[in-house]
Amino acid sequence: MSDIALLMEHVYKKFRKGETYNSLRDLVPAMTGKMFRGELNQSDKREFWALQDLSFEVKRGEAFGIIGRNGAGKSTALKILSRIMKPTKGRMVVNGRLSALIEVTAGFHQDLTGRENIFLHGTILGMAKREIQSKLDQIIAFSGIEEFIDTPVKHYSSGMYTRLGFSIAAHVDPEVLIVDEVLSVGDYVFQQRCMDRMHSIIHSGTTVLFVSHNLKAVTEICTRTMLLERGKALAIDETGAVIRKYLKEGIPSTKSKEEKSVYISKVTMRDRAGEQSTFESGQKAWVDVEVTARKAIDKLAVVIWFTDQTQYIIFHTSTERLGFAPFSLQPGGTYRCTFELDLNIAHGTFQLVTEIYRYDIQKSYDRYYPVTTIFVGSTTAVGGAVNCFPRLIESETFAPSGQPCEV
Amino acid sequence: MKNELKELYKYRELLYAITFRDIKVRYKQSVMGFLWAVLMPIMIIFSGVVVRYAYGLAAGKPLNTQDIASVAVKSIPWAFVVASIRFACNSLTSNYSLVTKIYFPKEIFPMAAVLACLFDFFVASTALVVILMVMKIGWSTYLVWTPALLLTMVLLATGIGLIVSAASLFLRDVKYIVEIVLTFGIFFTPVFYESRMLGEKGKWLLLNPLAPLLEGLSSCIVRHQSPALSWFAYSLGFALATLLAGFVFFKHLEPAFAESI
Repeated sequence: MSDIALLMEHVYKKFRKGETYNSLRDLVPAMTGKMFRGELNQSDKREFWALQDLSFEVKRGEAFGIIGRNGAGKSTALKILSRIMKPTKGRMVVNGRLSALIEVTAGFHQDLTGRENIFLHGTILGMAKREIQSKLDQIIAFSGIEEFIDTPVKHYSSGMYTRLGFSIAAHVDPEVLIVDEVLSVGDYVFQQRCMDRMHSIIHSGTTVLFVSHNLKAVTEICTRTMLLERGKALAIDETGAVIRKYLKEGIPSTKSKEEKSVYISKVTMRDRAGEQSTFESGQKAWVDVEVTARKAIDKLAVVIWFTDQTQYIIFHTSTERLGFAPFSLQPGGTYRCTFELDLNIAHGTFQLVTEIYRYDIQKSYDRYYPVTTIFVGSTTAVGGAVNCFPRLIESETFAPSGQPCEV
Repeated sequence: MKNELKELYKYRELLYAITFRDIKVRYKQSVMGFLWAVLMPIMIIFSGVVVRYAYGLAAGKPLNTQDIASVAVKSIPWAFVVASIRFACNSLTSNYSLVTKIYFPKEIFPMAAVLACLFDFFVASTALVVILMVMKIGWSTYLVWTPALLLTMVLLATGIGLIVSAASLFLRDVKYIVEIVLTFGIFFTPVFYESRMLGEKGKWLLLNPLAPLLEGLSSCIVRHQSPALSWFAYSLGFALATLLAGFVFFKHLEPAFAESI
């Protein structure tokens, strides 16, 4: 057996947009009309390519991620890999039993009980009856709905429904597992359980193809990642590098720099020694921003913020909020400001973003996204987004009698 | 073709599971489920008896038990064919999420629809056996033809089911056309009458591949005769050709299912 689990070579996929005839009532008149006008064989021009010349390979046992904006072609790529759709052109190879967690509850029937649905959906996912029988207790325990397992699933809450679906899918033991955005189900505890399960699936040597908008999950799971944009692979590389590239592409700017009336000409983040990308939790840091105008422009403010890897904004501030009056610029004029920060951020990777903003008309003129990725290290072992610099000042154990125990 | 059949065989457990699901869901409320299986055949039998009674009056011949038994024997298979084509026709569109989300041979849906209806058929048949025993129809060695006739019917229903299910996925009004044909098909099929009642012209009715099968059933169960073998061979050939054409047609369209549904 080769060590390639998944392979796509120059895959193209074409879709037709606009009107398609899905009834005889529409089709017959349209066809006769075309026949009389003699244009029966004219191809229609409303087609677009969902995937263009996509090539990549995933090695056996590797965890491979696919990221990209909505409509980039991620789902189409997955549907082709899971053989639900055929590529228009190109070659695709899958070595080994493949299972796709694309829609974990697709096979459920409302009127059947949880237990009956485990057998039904398990079979749909390619498990033999005996295999399901032997894993039944595990599946039920994982879903955490032992109490309601003999209730028809139509009475389930949507959370219970998806949890049961994921539990079945997570126990298929395929050689290649395709996961699309399913980790966003359930409460925090269940999500954590899913992540743990994913890790153990990868450890057991299963090849995983993971598609998600949750960059944190991609970072945790995948070693290599592909960035898709309009059906083309922009980058295939080590996950961290690809995510940085993805974030740098950011929100696509509608205008190029030359067309903007005012733009951010320079941003640096530094410590006492100079420009840096690695900082120590709790230290002081400075952000210098330079703004240049092409046209005369009024009442501007500079906004800066930090996001974590899930794109959550953990901190933001602006010149205006810090009490500085809005500034106005003449054509060719520049504005400089420096923010001093106490980096009370916990250990992690964060993005610094800057923006030129006018508060009274709520207009964004330019956004620099992201300026830099910064890595914050911490000597104090803390998790989360902020560092509260905890110190343990008292610790005592009591016996049942209420007397303090001697250590 | 060979690979496709091999794959279908690989997924046979899924065929059973989907069939089982369809049956289970229908019989979940046991009283209603049983009623579902016998209601349609009973309606057909009663209307057939009324038609035969009127015919008897007009012709001056009284209605005999053999005629009633013959109508009953043909009504139940007819109900099976109608139900399985109707059910198969909607099988792909009603399993929307499975068709678009998970890979497996999709002909499992129309096939499971036919098998689930076959289960209903057997439930109704047990009732029929009781009726035939009460009517003292008796039995003969010609009963051995029954399984062959029924199997041909199942093959024919599956073939038609494959064609209409795939067609109705692309053209949503196909199911209305199917519905009309199924509703009025009973007048063109010798269920309430026998083709010989129409004299020489009755032969033309036998071109409907179901006609020789239904009359064959009536011959071997009620009249203790052998079915007309050449016509049976015609039906069998027709059924096999339909099944083959249906399978090829279905498999040809299958890759486009997920994006067209």
